[in-house]
Amino acid sequence: MKATVNGEQRILDLGTTVGRLLAELGVRDAGIAVAVNDRIVRKAAFDEHALKDGDAIEIIRAVAGG
Amino acid sequence: MNGPLRIGTHELGSRLIVGTGKYPSLEIMQQAHHASGTSMITVAIRRINLDDPTGKTMLDYIDRTRYTILPNTAGCTTAKEAVLTAQLARELLETDLIKLEVIGDAQTLYPDTAETIVAARELVRDGFTVLPYIVDDPTACKRLEDDGCAAVMPLGAPIGSGLGICNRYSISIIVEHATVPVIVDAGVGTASDAAIAMELGVDAVLMNTGIAAAQDPVKMARAMRLAVESGRLAFEAGRMAKKLYASASSPVTDLIGSAK
Repeated sequence: MKATVNGEQRILDLGTTVGRLLAELGVRDAGIAVAVNDRIVRKAAFDEHALKDGDAIEIIRAVAGG
Repeated sequence: MNGPLRIGTHELGSRLIVGTGKYPSLEIMQQAHHASGTSMITVAIRRINLDDPTGKTMLDYIDRTRYTILPNTAGCTTAKEAVLTAQLARELLETDLIKLEVIGDAQTLYPDTAETIVAARELVRDGFTVLPYIVDDPTACKRLEDDGCAAVMPLGAPIGSGLGICNRYSISIIVEHATVPVIVDAGVGTASDAAIAMELGVDAVLMNTGIAAAQDPVKMARAMRLAVESGRLAFEAGRMAKKLYASASSPVTDLIGSAK
């Protein structure tokens, strides 16, 4: 299935969870937050939240700013 | 010093809020934060770099036992983007605080007032402690206060301009009418600008570039700390009335050589 991760098109296995996507991307799950289709996915739900074809995933962190 | 500042349920020991952007190095930033005496530090929220997914984040450089973090929605141009950014920040930082910034123009970085108000209402409804960056417009500030914002943050001058407090009169009017803290956000270029803002009676000053872009950011951070404290003290002390003509400080009688 296709999904968009931080604006990039990616091919994911059917049933990929948020937790698995983060592991595959090599993202440590401290210091980040995730939204799927403009809705927050709580950390506790990363391993249960199955992604669907066409999902838009945003993975964010804190950076320098004023 | 100067007594704590309360924003919603949060209490800050310092009336100087500082940023994390544009410093020559992270080490200098940390030293500047320390020298500023600040209690609250702003960060921005951005996508992680998928090519460097294990990279450090700004949170690795801020001691959260010492500082309260104020995430911002900088870079957002619509209420929708700002609301999602705020929700992501809350999830990331476990804080209800949000510096709401909805930019209306890329050159001036002036806020989009209409979108800011829409976003503020939604975030207040969602339980956030909302601190909106806004124009130095008493009406807009009052509207945001009425909509439940925990503070209002009028600009002193455009972001990163260092032009100082361009309209003291509008800031004074905002202070006079506000029942929530007023924080001058943006425009402060040097210590006197911060002192002027505080002398007008604002509750705090938020600055980034004024410290980060100084030749010596650590020294400027200390200057800003002193200026904010001085300005606040002067405001609390109540300045003398301005007069058009002189009024001698020394006795005007018994002058040497004067006639009896």
